[in-house]
Amino acid sequence: MLELRAVTAGYDRRAPVVRDANLTVAPGEAVGLLGPSGCGKSTLARVAALLHRPDAGEIVLDGTPVRGFRHRAPREQRTAIGVVFQQPRLAADPRLRLADLIAEPLRATGRRASAADRVAGLADTVGLTPDLLGRRPHEVSDGQLQRACLARALALHPRWLVCDEMTAMLDASTTAALVRVVEDYRASTGAGLLSVGHDRTLLNRWCDRTVPWEAVAAS
Amino acid sequence: MSGASFDVAPGECLALIGESGCGKSVLASALLGLLPANARTAGHAHLGGLDLLTAGERTLARTVRGRRVGLVPQSPAAHLTPVRTIRSHLEETVAHLTGVRGRAARRAAAEQAAHRTEFPLDHLDRHPHELSGGLAQRAATALALVGDAPLLLADEPTTGLDRDLVDRTVDELRRHVDDGHALLMITHDLTAAERIADRVAVMYAGRIVELTDAARFFGTPGPRHPYSRGLLEALPERSFTPVPGLPPELGSLPEGCAFAPRCDRATDACAALPPFEHTVACHHPVTATPADTPTAARTPEDTRA
Ligand code: SF4
Repeated sequence: MLELRAVTAGYDRRAPVVRDANLTVAPGEAVGLLGPSGCGKSTLARVAALLHRPDAGEIVLDGTPVRGFRHRAPREQRTAIGVVFQQPRLAADPRLRLADLIAEPLRATGRRASAADRVAGLADTVGLTPDLLGRRPHEVSDGQLQRACLARALALHPRWLVCDEMTAMLDASTTAALVRVVEDYRASTGAGLLSVGHDRTLLNRWCDRTVPWEAVAAS
Repeated sequence: MSGASFDVAPGECLALIGESGCGKSVLASALLGLLPANARTAGHAHLGGLDLLTAGERTLARTVRGRRVGLVPQSPAAHLTPVRTIRSHLEETVAHLTGVRGRAARRAAAEQAAHRTEFPLDHLDRHPHELSGGLAQRAATALALVGDAPLLLADEPTTGLDRDLVDRTVDELRRHVDDGHALLMITHDLTAAERIADRVAVMYAGRIVELTDAARFFGTPGPRHPYSRGLLEALPERSFTPVPGLPPELGSLPEGCAFAPRCDRATDACAALPPFEHTVACHHPVTATPADTPTAARTPEDTRA
């Protein structure tokens, strides 16, 4: 289970952007969180991905309360969650070739030796051709870069995926392709998904259930 | 980008759609004379009597941008100067683009421009960051309208907006079309295109592969080019199935039909570049050429606006 319990979070303690949010994702379940832009759902997604420390409340990951966030999160909790953001250009180091971008989590966790094979397999999974792996972010399209970011998120076989507006910048075909990659991964691993977005039609089609922001957080 | 031919008439909206990296934005930049110095253009883009692709920078800056082509930008917040109010943006543009002289007259003209996009006058003294996404979009549209340009060019005007804001933005753009502007909207948002467009041009690998009436494209008989059909079918409200594979590199296009490696209708004939006929550039369109081939039959050899 991925549980968010009474989470309050933001960037200024006097004016939190998320108040008293409660949400549970069961293993293997795909939950869509639907809200307008600016409502705080991206902040909640960062909390769920252990990238942002809440001001109050608790995250419980597979029964274990989370004690640290960002680099203070214990490795086995951090690596249990893969995350993809809306803007691949903000989420990718512009100096890295796509192959190195995908390999980042492997290197960071000491799997350098097996990285090359794993990168080739991941690239194939997300539909990136080998010639693209030698390019840097400015040499590929938004869609290609987002494919690389999704490959990076899957590199450590996460049990949970958090997708924050993963397809908001993408055309219909690339959107359908990336959603299919996520769903194929979940079908083969049983991973759970929290997909945050503003497109009701997309989330309804993609997820087992879609919950509106008002039902999750206090206004 | 090559061989792109289409026209847009006053009171009409043409939506140009395609995958990211297909060359849509290159086309927009070419029309505004904003391509990098090493870009090469061929062909013609006629706006009234002027050819946009060969006009010098002086002509473009003095008589085209804002005056004959109004640009509605992709992210209005990035397009507006953060330290200046919306009123100051509008008054400067009025001074730059119109013959209006004198402070009071400029002020009145700026307020009138704001009024045209229903930008609330009591927000005119705010800075861009103090506006919601919708109001920033209206401010940017108001700026695009100041010079009363006959052609509006909207480059991905709805990217990242919530659906109801998308609807409002395109409905507002449509109003300006109905007021007599010609609108070329470049977008990857098919739902927005369906809402606003009279005609649709689909771009693949730098070419226009289908140009047709919007009602026929989104309704029956549907798209005729296999790529357009695939793109539409990818929508979550349709079959949600991606077009297999990736678009080719614009720099190294295959001979013949660029879509062939991804196309389930491809045959040996597709090794030859399909000519644009009636509404489509394809050797084996999904549906036969209708007897009453409408509008797009007037595809000219150059671009008119
Ligand atoms: S010309 Fe051939 S390969 Fe190209 S879209 Fe038509 S059928 Fe497919």
